[in-house]
Amino acid sequence: MKDVSFGQYYPAKSFVHNMDARVKILAVIAYIVAVFLVQSVTTAQGVAFQFLGFGACLLFVLIATLCARVPFGKVLKSIKGIMFFIVLSAILQIFFNASGNVLVKWSFITITDVGLLNAGFLVARISLIVLGASLLTLTTSPVEIADGIESLMYPLKFIKFPVHEFALIMSIALRFIPTLLDETDRIIKAQKARGADFDSGNILKRVKALMPVLIPLLISSFRRADELADAMDSRCYSGSKVRTKYKKMRLTWRDLVATVAIAGLICGVVALNVTGFLAVVVLL
Amino acid sequence: MRVEVKNLSFVYGQGAKALSVRALDNVSLTIEEGEFFGIIGQTGSGKTTFVQHLNGLIKVGKDSGSIKIGEYDLSDKKCDFKSLRSKLGMVFQYPEQQLFGDTVFDDVAFGIKNFMPEKNAEETEILVKEALEMVGLDYQKVKDKSPFELSGGQKRRVAIAGVIVTKPEVLVLDEPVAGLDPVGKREFFALLHKLHKSFVKTVIIVSHDMDAVAENCTRAVVFSQGKVVCEGTPKEIFSDLETTNSLGLGFPVTAYLTARLKEVGVDIDSDLTVDGFVNEIMNKLCGGNE
Repeated sequence: MKDVSFGQYYPAKSFVHNMDARVKILAVIAYIVAVFLVQSVTTAQGVAFQFLGFGACLLFVLIATLCARVPFGKVLKSIKGIMFFIVLSAILQIFFNASGNVLVKWSFITITDVGLLNAGFLVARISLIVLGASLLTLTTSPVEIADGIESLMYPLKFIKFPVHEFALIMSIALRFIPTLLDETDRIIKAQKARGADFDSGNILKRVKALMPVLIPLLISSFRRADELADAMDSRCYSGSKVRTKYKKMRLTWRDLVATVAIAGLICGVVALNVTGFLAVVVLL
Repeated sequence: MRVEVKNLSFVYGQGAKALSVRALDNVSLTIEEGEFFGIIGQTGSGKTTFVQHLNGLIKVGKDSGSIKIGEYDLSDKKCDFKSLRSKLGMVFQYPEQQLFGDTVFDDVAFGIKNFMPEKNAEETEILVKEALEMVGLDYQKVKDKSPFELSGGQKRRVAIAGVIVTKPEVLVLDEPVAGLDPVGKREFFALLHKLHKSFVKTVIIVSHDMDAVAENCTRAVVFSQGKVVCEGTPKEIFSDLETTNSLGLGFPVTAYLTARLKEVGVDIDSDLTVDGFVNEIMNKLCGGNE
């Protein structure tokens, strides 16, 4: 239970940790856009340029990781979580892409150069996105993320969207993840001590074995929700009307530097796309 | 079963240095069969981590010491933890929070289903009945109730019945009286002594309640920052109140009175149980005459 890496905050003092959460969220979105801007081209000559685009994104993540003082292992661990998904999409691309030059043909399996390229492309794209996103959660505490999203959604207030309540729901949910993990851990241990076995048998048996964990967990969640509601009521919590923030978010020089860097990345990727496209045209 | 722990160490969050905590540091101690053993210490001193090692819920790491319980060697990878857990019962803090069965009967029978799948319905019923009566509940009245409609104290009793139903030889309890009122506490310890006189040979309790430890335990250890700093009978442990105070522990009221009486020149030499202490004072007052 303790090694859930994706979405885990890594406390440290660094350039990235000290950035404004709103800028970090926007930067991650911009970064994902940059990764998607790297174009897929089907001719072999264009390939080098495309992977240069990914190279630029990778370089960006590496530098950001260095600036964040997060160990590389921690960031890489996030990919492990979705390894299955990555491998599956790569396999689908390799075996079921019929266009391009055939490299291997063996009964119903056909492997083409385009299939291989697309697979590599997809793996690079997914991995880069996950790396960037995990950097956000590693350097920004859940509370900061919730605050940032609330602030970013502020314009929606004008169409009567309950932004504050939405943010409250989100931060309560995030706040209770560690509590629930601890609780799950404790209940699993208690049932194990009574001989429960969670690691053997077929799927059906394992799901059934989880009932003695899920029922107490559900009950205690309801109890917790009740208690929290009472606590909020007794302090006259009244939603968004007149609440001020304990931590004001402020833009600093760091945010400016990061904005310039991410703008540079997007420009670089677009430039590589254009030159790659031109190169293909010229070679043809 | 004798519990023998040698040089046990444990670190939480070994991966990231920024997050790692040394919870146990070279702990060695032996608990003989038949003892009523207390483990005391401040919050975060490693007590819970220690007792969770005892039935393999936390595995002994490589090169971090050894644990032997009876014929079980917990540092051995091939150790049969399931069989060990049937002989070493563990009651967690707020055990009522682990209840899940549709009926009290189902919940208590959970351990039998897991540890003794060979038992038939009749044998199971006998064992469940015995366990529920042992903890002071009326079998006919509660067996078909949902555990969630019982009172807090009854829930706790059901949860404990669920642990002792397989008749463990060693019973480990983590803060068993937390949240109980004084009467509830007294009843609870009476129950523990009753168990201790029947099939449970060794009782190990983790507690914050110094009075309860002085009153009930034959021997105890004090944990501080993952180390055993003090070991002995309650009388030995609480002989120097300044030390126990500096460890962030309280002290039993009998130990406090002994110290205050000593200041005014009255020496009371008792085992720190309330009865023992009162008897000793009576002796002093009557000059040895009854």
